[in-house]
Amino acid sequence: MAKLNINGRVVDVDVEPDTPLLWVIREQVGLTGTKYGCGVAQCGACTVHVDGAAMRSCSLPLSSITETQKIVTIEGLSPDSSNPLQKAWLDHDVPQCGYCQSGQIMSAAALLKEIPKPTDADIDREITNICRCGTYNRIRAAIKQAAGVTG
Amino acid sequence: MNAIDVSRRNFLVGASATAGLTLGFHVPFAGDAAAQAATPEVNAWVVIKPDDTVVIRIGRQEMGQGTLTGLAQLVADELDADWSKVTTEYPSPGQNLARKRVWNDMGTAGSRGIRASVEYMRKGGAAARAMLVQAAANEWKVPAAEVTVEKGVISHKASNRSTSFGKVAAAAAKIAPPENPVVKDPKSWTIAGKPLKRLHQAGKVNGSQAYSMDYKAAGMLNAAIRDCPIWGGTMKSFDATEAQKMPGVKKVVAIDKNAVAVIADTWWRAKTALEKVKIEYDAGNSASVDSASIDKWLTEALDAPEASVGNQAGNVDEAIKGAVKTVEAVYTFPYQHHVTLEPMNATALWTSDKCEVWTSTQNAEAALATASNAAGLPLDKCDVHRVDLGGGFGRRATSQDYVRQAVLIAKEMPGTPVKLIWSREEDMLHGCYHPTSKCKLVGALDKDGNVVGLKMRIAGQSILATIRPEAMNNGRDMFVFQGLNPGGAEGAFGYQIPNLRIDHAMRNPPLRPGFWRGVNNNQNAIYLECFVDEMASAAGVDPLEFRRRMMKNSPKHLGVLNAVAEKVGWGKPAPAGVFRGLAQHMGYGSYVAACAEVSVSKDGNLKVHRIVAATDCGHAVNPRQIEGQIEGSFAYGLGPLLLHEITVKGGKVQEENLDSYQILRMAEMPAVESIITPTGGFWGGVGEPTIFVAAPAVLNAIFAATGKRLRKVPIKQEDLRA
Repeated sequence: MAKLNINGRVVDVDVEPDTPLLWVIREQVGLTGTKYGCGVAQCGACTVHVDGAAMRSCSLPLSSITETQKIVTIEGLSPDSSNPLQKAWLDHDVPQCGYCQSGQIMSAAALLKEIPKPTDADIDREITNICRCGTYNRIRAAIKQAAGVTG
Repeated sequence: MNAIDVSRRNFLVGASATAGLTLGFHVPFAGDAAAQAATPEVNAWVVIKPDDTVVIRIGRQEMGQGTLTGLAQLVADELDADWSKVTTEYPSPGQNLARKRVWNDMGTAGSRGIRASVEYMRKGGAAARAMLVQAAANEWKVPAAEVTVEKGVISHKASNRSTSFGKVAAAAAKIAPPENPVVKDPKSWTIAGKPLKRLHQAGKVNGSQAYSMDYKAAGMLNAAIRDCPIWGGTMKSFDATEAQKMPGVKKVVAIDKNAVAVIADTWWRAKTALEKVKIEYDAGNSASVDSASIDKWLTEALDAPEASVGNQAGNVDEAIKGAVKTVEAVYTFPYQHHVTLEPMNATALWTSDKCEVWTSTQNAEAALATASNAAGLPLDKCDVHRVDLGGGFGRRATSQDYVRQAVLIAKEMPGTPVKLIWSREEDMLHGCYHPTSKCKLVGALDKDGNVVGLKMRIAGQSILATIRPEAMNNGRDMFVFQGLNPGGAEGAFGYQIPNLRIDHAMRNPPLRPGFWRGVNNNQNAIYLECFVDEMASAAGVDPLEFRRRMMKNSPKHLGVLNAVAEKVGWGKPAPAGVFRGLAQHMGYGSYVAACAEVSVSKDGNLKVHRIVAATDCGHAVNPRQIEGQIEGSFAYGLGPLLLHEITVKGGKVQEENLDSYQILRMAEMPAVESIITPTGGFWGGVGEPTIFVAAPAVLNAIFAATGKRLRKVPIKQEDLRA
């Protein structure tokens, strides 16, 4: 039995230690805002925060996570969608199909924590999540709005 | 219908019809009457709750393209509803069937979600408005003509009385609908035509939007599957001894003799156990099928005597013989995968007298027919529950194979819901691939640099031959000529060339093809628009001027091209080091054009800086959402140009995940400036058309920058250094 700290709550999970964190979050914890897209850390749909850093949870085995590490999923980013990124996402009408957007927002939140005023080059380098609908330009604009940078 | 002006909607209806879903086919559906009693409806399209909430029923499918919001706007506009009180719901295909297909065709493909539904949906809204007005007029005992509606408030000004939709909805529901409801002139739209935000966005920024992948039910089991990965191959045998001992595993079953599925308590355990199943395959004749052999086959077909003709005028061979100058080139477009970010999945619950499916599909009626067939139950004992899709792009319109598998798996567990999820690897290996093709073009120029002849031979795989054989025309696929047709509202060739022959030599490798956002327009636009640029260069004429000379009778094609040229400043200097390329095309009823601005560094690195793109879609239902589609279409269209390629070896696709099939990301995305120039009088699609011009505009700009003509996509291996 492993213990995980997810969105401020400690939960017990009884599953093989090599199970990826993504599937623990989705199937044991029951939070489905974190998505499966590729399973090989390419698409970023599974992005969560582990101690504030954006991580691709599909490629993190449960055994690599300790009880003291704080995991935050899209459901835990804010209690009421009030994170500036979530607001900016709605202002810019970013989502199309929406499937990648949990991961995009979690990646963007980690970026702003690291670099509060990102440049275009910072965004290009750090936001590597795939969006098949091609909402990249609106994602960029929403990140800039949330960061309070123009242009 | 003109044999050449083939529309995809007919294929989809045709497919449904063969499965038993036809207009007028009526069976009772038990759940439907109960649903109606709970929420009285004004008519099939409009349900108004006592709190004035307007629920608009949407037959088409939302998958990111914005159709749901656009259709709701059109109905709400006819109603004169208060937009802030509008929401939507999806009727199921079972309900549709039970009500004689009152919601019409549910298939959503070919950029037809709005344009093929506007007439009956607007009439549905107008009819509901007339009934609401009549109900208020009856209550007030005044003529209906004196009653007005504004933002959901019904008024009789002369007597200073007003009421709301919610208060008269129950009475309205009992009034006979008008026989010929009159819809508004788009000029008087107040909700439609406006750049409104999308409905239902909140759940997409906080993780609460439930895709079919996220479906949960008490006692649900999960399944992983491995179908034979060799196209044209078969599964010889499998050994599940080890897999059956793995944690959580309930059952290991063969599906359709060619696949193995593991059913377990969780999906991760099912997938892990599946990897322990030892499977042997027989490649059969596909052992020798690989990318090189397919390319050789298509190359030979470029000069084959047999071909079906899509567009012809004058005598092109004579024109080429008599030309002052000829130009010749061969282009190649590879197989593509859809990569919907949500892999294929479906949950099924089967008992001996009922089957229910929860899934992502672009054609819920086809999914229902598939479920019925797999379940061994009549259509009226089955239903499919619809949700927004995590990407469609044609994949979920082409085949409901995942629905069939899910039902067959659920049959192994009667009374227990089972969710089947394809791993990304399974998804990559069992795609409905955008087919590969090649094109040989010969152009004939006169002494003044005018095009007097054009010969265009396309060699490649037919989608219809495999996916919709009933839509073939005496063994020929006329759908391959998208955007090259001599006329018609769907996709007409925009150039006037006196001697012309466009034909297709069909060669069908064993990979399953599919409709891939933009479909045949994507490569046709590359072939034609890059070659037009080549001819312009050979003639020594500016590419814009060269096109204009051939477009005198194509005012709408020319209109978008001119709009792009004007906005980008064609003919004026570009920023230092930046070069421009143009393209235009027509498809799915819309006219589109783009100008790309690129630079190529000394090391040969390409940067696409800016795209200026125009569309004339006739009527623009929501300019904000159209802009979103235009932006996204350049991500979708530039991916194949820059990165994507499916290759084959021994009948098996080699790109099994997104590490080997790289997708365009933020850093490669250009700025996109949209020009929406709806000229009215027709309805064109917006989900696909601007994809067509993405790759050719960039390829033509690369030529302007480097003098290099790149004729094989993707261009990731090309050396662009001077």
